[in-house]
Amino acid sequence: MKKRLYVYLFMALLSLAALGGCTGGTGESSGDKSSVVVGIQQDIDSLDPHKATAAGTKEILFNIFEGLVKTDENGNLMKAVASDYTISEDGLVYTFTLRGNVKFHSGNEVTAEDVKYSLERASGLLDGTALISTLKTIQSVDIVDEHTVQVTVDSANTELIYSFTTAIIPAGSGEDAEGTPIGTGPFSFVSYKPQEGIVLAKNAQYWQEGLPYLEEVTFKIVNSPDTALLDLKGGSIDIYPYLTDSQANELKDSFQILAAPSNVVQALFLNNADETLKDVRVRQAICYAMDKAEANEFVTGGNSVPISSAMLPAMKDYYVDLNDTYGDTANIEKAKELLTEAGYPDGIELEITVPSNYEVHMQTAEVIAEQLKKAGINAAINPVEWNTWLEDCYNGRKYQSTICGITCDMTPGYLLNRFQTDSSKNFVNFANDEYDATYLKAQASLDLGEKAEHYKQLQQILCEDAGSAFIQVPPITIAMNKKLTGYKFYPIYVQDMSTVRWAE
Amino acid sequence: MMRKVKLPKIQKWNKYFTAGLIMTVIALLLAVVGLFWTPYGTTDMSAAERFHAPSLMHPFGTDNFGRDILSRVMKGMGTTIFISTLVVAGSGGAGILIGALTGYFGGILDEAIMRVTDAINGFPSILLALVVISVMGGGRQNLIISLAIVFTPSFVRIVRSEFIRLRDADYIMRARLMGVGRARILFIHILPNIFSTFWVSVMIGFNNAILAESGMSYLGVGVKPPDASLGNMLSDAQGYLMTAPWYALAPGLAIVWVVLGFSLLSEGIRRNG
Repeated sequence: MKKRLYVYLFMALLSLAALGGCTGGTGESSGDKSSVVVGIQQDIDSLDPHKATAAGTKEILFNIFEGLVKTDENGNLMKAVASDYTISEDGLVYTFTLRGNVKFHSGNEVTAEDVKYSLERASGLLDGTALISTLKTIQSVDIVDEHTVQVTVDSANTELIYSFTTAIIPAGSGEDAEGTPIGTGPFSFVSYKPQEGIVLAKNAQYWQEGLPYLEEVTFKIVNSPDTALLDLKGGSIDIYPYLTDSQANELKDSFQILAAPSNVVQALFLNNADETLKDVRVRQAICYAMDKAEANEFVTGGNSVPISSAMLPAMKDYYVDLNDTYGDTANIEKAKELLTEAGYPDGIELEITVPSNYEVHMQTAEVIAEQLKKAGINAAINPVEWNTWLEDCYNGRKYQSTICGITCDMTPGYLLNRFQTDSSKNFVNFANDEYDATYLKAQASLDLGEKAEHYKQLQQILCEDAGSAFIQVPPITIAMNKKLTGYKFYPIYVQDMSTVRWAE
Repeated sequence: MMRKVKLPKIQKWNKYFTAGLIMTVIALLLAVVGLFWTPYGTTDMSAAERFHAPSLMHPFGTDNFGRDILSRVMKGMGTTIFISTLVVAGSGGAGILIGALTGYFGGILDEAIMRVTDAINGFPSILLALVVISVMGGGRQNLIISLAIVFTPSFVRIVRSEFIRLRDADYIMRARLMGVGRARILFIHILPNIFSTFWVSVMIGFNNAILAESGMSYLGVGVKPPDASLGNMLSDAQGYLMTAPWYALAPGLAIVWVVLGFSLLSEGIRRNG
């Protein structure tokens, strides 16, 4: 028994020694200078580029797959598999000319046949289920000649061209896409281990001369931000893109810290179908009770942009500032008043489900929960694993409220699309007839000014009807090994590794 | 064979017992006071007071949300001790019941139950508790249940072996001849005689429960934020080990303090026994 006592004492000493023994790592990686390890926060939901829905998956697949066109770092479209395209004046016919020298990772050249297959598969012409919902509008895909493909759509839409970033895969390969993904991107797929990560290798035949630089890229799944920090310091990760403010501060001496506004809209998403939350006054009360300025200060050191609806402030032509609706700081009086009106003078219980691998969301949840308590909204945080969140909250819609982020691609309508009553992505169950009608009008309008007006109106409806309690657009902060260069920030949520290289 | 029940006497208190008692009493006092009063609110955030080093205002410093760490350690200690107590009460109670029956009666039931406890013992306890929690869902209540299940076999074994040792003792034979009922023999005649052994295992079990609870909360399946427990405080503090070491030290030392206190106490009891 005495032995056990010594063991405890020894353990106590050890733990102290361990604390003292940790000195900041230098961020040195192993001698190998042709590969890079990138830390990612979550597992991959699907390797099939048409079926993947999680932003965390798409950011990786960006390296493997390309569409006819692809987004560049300025948010403009550049030609990828297609070398040129024209859109007919009525906006109904798209004609793509293929580049001709683009090869799949398998070595085969991309033909019009592959393009036809890919677009038909994604749009649902093949088997009736549209895998990419915005492509549903495609009526037919016709092969004009070996290098020309003509796509006919049923209604004009100025934003549709962005959807042609949809991955081109070899004809007939849909069945295997999950296991052996083959694309035309700068990196080819090597292996994937669930819960561990995914390994990519250089595509030597890539059509852009000189790219990529790296021989191998590993995306390593790091479920906990604390582990990520230790991995960075220990040198087993070279790049980690999702730092919190305090982590960035801790790493700033030994790593390059790069920051840019993200394309993530963070919100306390409210399940509008919930018994309590279906009352608009309750939802508004929650919006009033939040103190966005404080959350911003606590979680991101004041570097976030507060928002009140689903649009990125970066999209200047379409964004309308609605932050005055509920105010940047808390309005407890108003919140209590609304709750009382709604029949809850003693407050309500609110469960906030949070994917616990996202440190930013977890910390925001802790801050928001505390703020809500002041207005009599007794919030309890329920941290869940990412897969559980995806299954129960996002797909199953079984939750009361959740703090997470939704990402935006280049089309301004993308974020607004999901709040239509019937949208498959409407995981908050927002239902507003006026919203649906306005969205259709926005879709139909070919004049950009008019479209922008409709979008602004949509944001207003979403904000005033409190579809969810929008919080902020957090910055994206990256730690990168000091010897790496060439990292490019995109206005979309991707990790482009093609230009990253080790400095000489 | 027959043993007299010895009660701990004051003059026989050894240094282990004294030191353990003092440490435990301080810990319990802090925890109990923490139930009713803490220097600051345990979830009160303050942007102006983030990461303040220990000072007179905040003896243990403040954390990343500007919350007072002393207050949270008090609350967290209460939570941890509360959970551990229930775990030990549950598993100890079940241990006595199952151990007494299997040890005294033996037979097929004994065989069967012992194989089950062997199976449970075969798994690392944290892993098994994780399995139970992933089936039943997280949270305080399920944490207690799962840990109680995991801790039961060790009590069963100790109680059972003591009952086997005593079931054929002369005084039990005589009691049986005199027609004393089985329940009375089990719980009035045998049970009091195994208490000194049992208490030691309770203390050790308590220690293990504290460590297990901290471990589970550290892994994020125990007590949920923003509620404080020593484990989830440690887990939160991990990211700030370099910039705010006091954040991790406070809950860490609190765990060491409580566990050491109970270890000394159990050692003291054993030496007195």
